[in-house]
Amino acid sequence: MSYECVIGLEVHVELNTKSKIFCGCPTTFGSAPNTQVCPVCLGLPGALPVLNKEVVESALKAGLALNCAITEDGKQDRKNYFYPDLPKAYQISQSEKPIAFGGHLSIQTEEGAKLIGITRVHIEEDAGKLVHEVSGGTLIDYNRGGVPLIEIVSEPDMRSAAEAKAYLQKLRATMQFLGISSCKMNEGAFRCDVNLSVRKVGSEQLGTRTEMKNLNSFAYVVKAIESEMKRQIEVIEAGGQIKQETRRWDPAKGQSFAMRSKEDAHDYRYFPDPDLMPILLSKEKIADAKASLPKLPADYIHSFIDQDQLRVDMAEQLVKDKLIAEFYEKTAQMVTDKETLANLIIGELMKTVEETEESLKVSEKEMAVLVDLLAEDKINLSIAKKVLSMIPNTEASVMAIIDQHDLWPITDVATLTQLADEIIEQMPQVVSDYKAGKTKALGAFIGQMMRKTSGKADPTICEAIFKEIVG
Amino acid sequence: MKSIVYETITKQAALLRSGEMTSEALTLAYLEEIERQEKEIDAFLYIDKEGALKKAREVDAKLSRGESCHPLAGIPMAIKDNICTTDMPTTCASKMLEGYRSPFDAGVVNCLREVDAVILGKLNMDEFAMGASTENSYFKKTKNPVDLERVPGGSSGGSAAAVAAHMAAYTLGSDTGGSIRQPASFCGIVGLKPTYGRLSRNGLIAFASSLDQIGPMGKTVSDVAMVYKALAKHDEKDSTSGESESFTVEQLLDKSVKGMKVALPMNFLSEGLDAGVKETVLHAAKVFESLGASIETVDFNGIDAALPAYYLLSSAEASSNLARFDGVKYGYRTETFTTLEELYKKTRGEGFGSEVKRRILLGTYALSSGYYDAYYQKALKIRTMIAKTYDALFEKYDFILSPVAPSTAYRFGEHSKNPVEMYLGDIYTVPINIAGLPAISINAGYDRQHLPVGIQLIGKAYDERTILSAANAFEASKKIWRAEQ
Repeated sequence: MSYECVIGLEVHVELNTKSKIFCGCPTTFGSAPNTQVCPVCLGLPGALPVLNKEVVESALKAGLALNCAITEDGKQDRKNYFYPDLPKAYQISQSEKPIAFGGHLSIQTEEGAKLIGITRVHIEEDAGKLVHEVSGGTLIDYNRGGVPLIEIVSEPDMRSAAEAKAYLQKLRATMQFLGISSCKMNEGAFRCDVNLSVRKVGSEQLGTRTEMKNLNSFAYVVKAIESEMKRQIEVIEAGGQIKQETRRWDPAKGQSFAMRSKEDAHDYRYFPDPDLMPILLSKEKIADAKASLPKLPADYIHSFIDQDQLRVDMAEQLVKDKLIAEFYEKTAQMVTDKETLANLIIGELMKTVEETEESLKVSEKEMAVLVDLLAEDKINLSIAKKVLSMIPNTEASVMAIIDQHDLWPITDVATLTQLADEIIEQMPQVVSDYKAGKTKALGAFIGQMMRKTSGKADPTICEAIFKEIVG
Repeated sequence: MKSIVYETITKQAALLRSGEMTSEALTLAYLEEIERQEKEIDAFLYIDKEGALKKAREVDAKLSRGESCHPLAGIPMAIKDNICTTDMPTTCASKMLEGYRSPFDAGVVNCLREVDAVILGKLNMDEFAMGASTENSYFKKTKNPVDLERVPGGSSGGSAAAVAAHMAAYTLGSDTGGSIRQPASFCGIVGLKPTYGRLSRNGLIAFASSLDQIGPMGKTVSDVAMVYKALAKHDEKDSTSGESESFTVEQLLDKSVKGMKVALPMNFLSEGLDAGVKETVLHAAKVFESLGASIETVDFNGIDAALPAYYLLSSAEASSNLARFDGVKYGYRTETFTTLEELYKKTRGEGFGSEVKRRILLGTYALSSGYYDAYYQKALKIRTMIAKTYDALFEKYDFILSPVAPSTAYRFGEHSKNPVEMYLGDIYTVPINIAGLPAISINAGYDRQHLPVGIQLIGKAYDERTILSAANAFEASKKIWRAEQ
């Protein structure tokens, strides 16, 4: 009997507003502990919250970009629980009337496009950070307390780790394109809780779910989902029952551990925060926000496919990151062979950007020069890769790099013929293999040629020369 | 010669301006009065003699240079101890905040500093403003200056007693369900609870955020109007802050009572109140008639639901507002603990008094899943209903005349054993907070035991002018009711 998993995701996105959600403190990441705090975000007696309007605008943009309905009279509620990182012992969040609800996001799966339902988008304040000392004590850094977050809750519409990853990547890109968050996962600006249950394929009924908290990389999400799915299936197959509980993913051990069960779950005692007024969004304001939304991944995908004739999967890849999409778009205007450009970006630049979350080191103009050289067969792919890898460490242009490092391909037939002769003489066994009909033996000759020329020999010309000599 | 401390603010301000008296001398007069009476009254939790005299001398210097000063400049006053001040502790009369110093001044304190008020100190109250007799203070019991055997009322008991004993020209109190008006009535002074949001709540340590309102307490209606005007400023640090008062002090007091229509809810006077209170209210109605107002009796529907709704809403909000006192960051922390849970439990168990704990428990229960709809939601519905009742009345009437409390000041311990008995004393004051309306409590009579009886004038939201003017006219008539002996 095969199982499928049912996944819903709760994503917390830290907004990049200059000041915190309820006070004027800055939101800069990585400052010395407790240097970005005031009576309001420390929850001191008598201090009152005043909502930062920019937070509402950002959440409104997110809601609209995710095709949500917008609440015209939103409310903010108190979520009550005791923990030292929460200075008021309640978090100001939204329960009944979130900023946005009932939307969807389209993702690309192996079976084609799929819509993932968005349950709600609401605003809330982040908590501080506990720092456990080696000596045994615990210190609290409240700098992060009061940093604005939006929480985006999906419907349980995903069925695999791959779909969850695709959703998260698309969601992250959308937030980046909106310009409302740095989305830096290593700084906790984009983090994810996974709700997961399993059921037998064909079953309509949902299984008991567990929740895994605070997964801050795509790789962890994938691993955590695969591991949790396996765990749940094993429990069920062994005749056991899944307990509704919150689990913590330990990336070092590659396993999740139970944190608290349903019985220990908090009763958050939500109620409207009397210190804050309703969030009123008029139809005009919503319409204005909608009209002024920036270009989103879906818009880029359309233009990449329609104007540049890229394949869907390539277009999807290029919009995973805002920097990449913009880089592609600008460079594409300068080159004729868009597909080569796209392939080079996806194959060579994407990984670095995803891993380091840093900006691209190559300019659009230089990239265009490189793509043109490649498209016109003036260099080959391995040389192009080599040049790309050198760019971050130099200020020289693409042309200068190729000149300085003598990377131009060797296309001179006489030079290559002379080298081919030497190779054939040194490899009599390969010659007889080839003559015996093993055409693959040709590869050995070319490989040897590349070694001799540091990859600069033009493989097409070489192949013709070898065939002629040995043939 | 009559001491200067018995004079009104207007008179004191005039003397300062004419140079007949300095603020330093005035301040010293109040400090002497405190020295003389405080041992018996116990109104203060903190006295800042040095700070007060320093400020007084500053004002004197300004006046002698001929600089223009606000009428409240150099006038000595004192503040309820749930309003944050940077130069004095703010304790809410709780062990939990013993010695706590706020790093910021409350919005109203900023206003006071702007007008160069001389701040004498901080005043006793029921712990976290929960109570009606000031017996719930962790530190001391404040006595009613009228009769030292009796409570001054509460929760702003220290604020009322300090004015009644002339230990401050005026004071600030806070009113969540009657905490300014009832002690004003018990001590025979004037107390104004402005419209919700009129005075900034920024820096008022919250009891029930949707009901709390700071207000002035003083000897006369005009004193109170003057202080109110100085503090009724919009504050961008309080999201619920309303508009600043636009009328001048003179305008606030000069609206003619002639032709005003007054509602007198007769069902407030039918049962459960002292005869002296009833007589005083009926007498006051006649006085207003004699001043040219027309009185109509009405029935105020929903009064029975107001008290339970108030205790649910205020306790629910309090349970959340007081959750931050957990021993982690400031205030009281238990001596020994091994786990986080134990730190919380012991700190809160030891740091809060029993009335505070009772309300936290009630509020937590009312907000718990499964009970929320039956209690909190229902209370919100009653809140809407009460607001509508008032709206309907104010379509027809300029203000409502009502008792402040069912009784006059009672003896210590008389009600403190039975919380429900104590809660019943709030019946006439809580509906006003539920609806966010302004109301003023002024002395209008004395019962058979010579104890002061207040009356309450309730106005439309943001119409403090009508009730201040009516109260001012009543006060000027000097028609105080006295029980036959």
